[in-house]
Amino acid sequence: MPAGGHIGHSPPPFFKRGPAPLAQLMLFVSLALLLLVADLRYRTLESTRLMIATLMWPVQKAVLLPVEGASDAGSYFANLTSLQQENAELRKRQLAQANLLLRQAHLDNENLRLRALLEMQEKLDVPARAADVLYAARDPFSRRIIVDRGSSHEVEVGQAVIDDLGVIGQVTRVFPLTSEVTLLTDKNQAIPVQVGRNGLRAVLAGAGSGTMELKFLPANADVQPGDTLVTSGLDGIYLPGLPVARVTSIDRDNSFSFARIECVPLAGVERHGQVLVLGTRKILPMPEEAEEAVKKPVMGRKARAAALKPH
Amino acid sequence: MIQPTHSSRRILLPVSGWFIHFTLVSALVLNLIPFGRLPGIPDWVALVLAFWCIHQPLKVGMGTAFFFGLVMDVANAAIMGQHALAYVLLAFAAGGLSRRVLWFPLVQQALHVLPLLLGTQLVMLLIRMATGAEFPGILYFLSSFVAILIWHPVSLVLLLPQYRPVERDENRPI
Repeated sequence: MPAGGHIGHSPPPFFKRGPAPLAQLMLFVSLALLLLVADLRYRTLESTRLMIATLMWPVQKAVLLPVEGASDAGSYFANLTSLQQENAELRKRQLAQANLLLRQAHLDNENLRLRALLEMQEKLDVPARAADVLYAARDPFSRRIIVDRGSSHEVEVGQAVIDDLGVIGQVTRVFPLTSEVTLLTDKNQAIPVQVGRNGLRAVLAGAGSGTMELKFLPANADVQPGDTLVTSGLDGIYLPGLPVARVTSIDRDNSFSFARIECVPLAGVERHGQVLVLGTRKILPMPEEAEEAVKKPVMGRKARAAALKPH
Repeated sequence: MIQPTHSSRRILLPVSGWFIHFTLVSALVLNLIPFGRLPGIPDWVALVLAFWCIHQPLKVGMGTAFFFGLVMDVANAAIMGQHALAYVLLAFAAGGLSRRVLWFPLVQQALHVLPLLLGTQLVMLLIRMATGAEFPGILYFLSSFVAILIWHPVSLVLLLPQYRPVERDENRPI
């Protein structure tokens, strides 16, 4: 050993074990808690997340291949009768909707003319983008899916996602090539709705295990089992009138101030397939903001006039 | 190191660092396979991490656990720090137990690992419940039980490179 003369000054290298386990534990636990607080309270880690997720995308894609292959093989061997059944079903549905679809253009035009006649604001149309559901996020505590359209396809956080039957959720995180959609059945997801039958407005929130709950309605509210709930559009995110859920059961217990109203989603929220990401809806300005917007150009003109005035 | 120790009845070669990291990354890739809400899929990273923390407490510790926890947080779209905290606690407990666990045969080792994995899941459950997530159902804990069922084969596979003889023998590949 070359450092033989120094024995006793420093421990031999084979006893080097780093800091004590308890010290390490304290360090890493406090780091993890710091991360938890930073993420939950201040939402400061989204860029870090974006970076790591982008780096991991090739691996994620590679892992997806066998799953996709298995499902492709499964659908290849799906028997003829089930395909024929599905085909017949789709034909029937298309025929049922043909009446509405054929008259849609006519009704749109008529609506436009009537609105112009009544000097109402034009209803804005939003662009939509079809996306494939890649997989359901593995996190068992939340209900999220990953779709194959991301910020490079102009998907933005907050956009509504629908399928052929109704609303399924909202985009909550956007990565370059994918984005994460939080489903309506997630406990932290709420959507403003109205009862289709009478226009009663309420908030619908996820209640766990695939159901939803209509919140904060008094025990005597006019809601019946079987009522269809549609988006009210008050939030400025969802277009008004999209079907969301159906009321299944109502518990009007007078000892609570609110009725307990359970609903099930109409759209295939927990099923997978194609979805439509609706573009960002242009939010109409609030009344006071609108007034300011009207005032501003006037002031601008005044200022310009003042500036042009010869001294 | 060429003598039987309490960690194995066979004479083990020293472990190579890159193999440890290779197995951890493979576990991560296995964890990325999207099974959706299917219960009972083991948390491969936690399992492999527990294995190495027990067998090589000097090489794999809380630092490795923290790093892989962060990667899992991103991959799972969970809250940052959720897996990191749970895995660090797992690594601490596994490292502390390592001297005891390895004296037992593999089946009893698995029974020692079960509370570690359940504790890891419980920590994650507590973090998520505290932030208002829904309870995923009692089947959530099934994955730990599945994980200890495969502790025996996983142990054999992970120790395979150390079983190689020092002298190569053409008639005996392993």
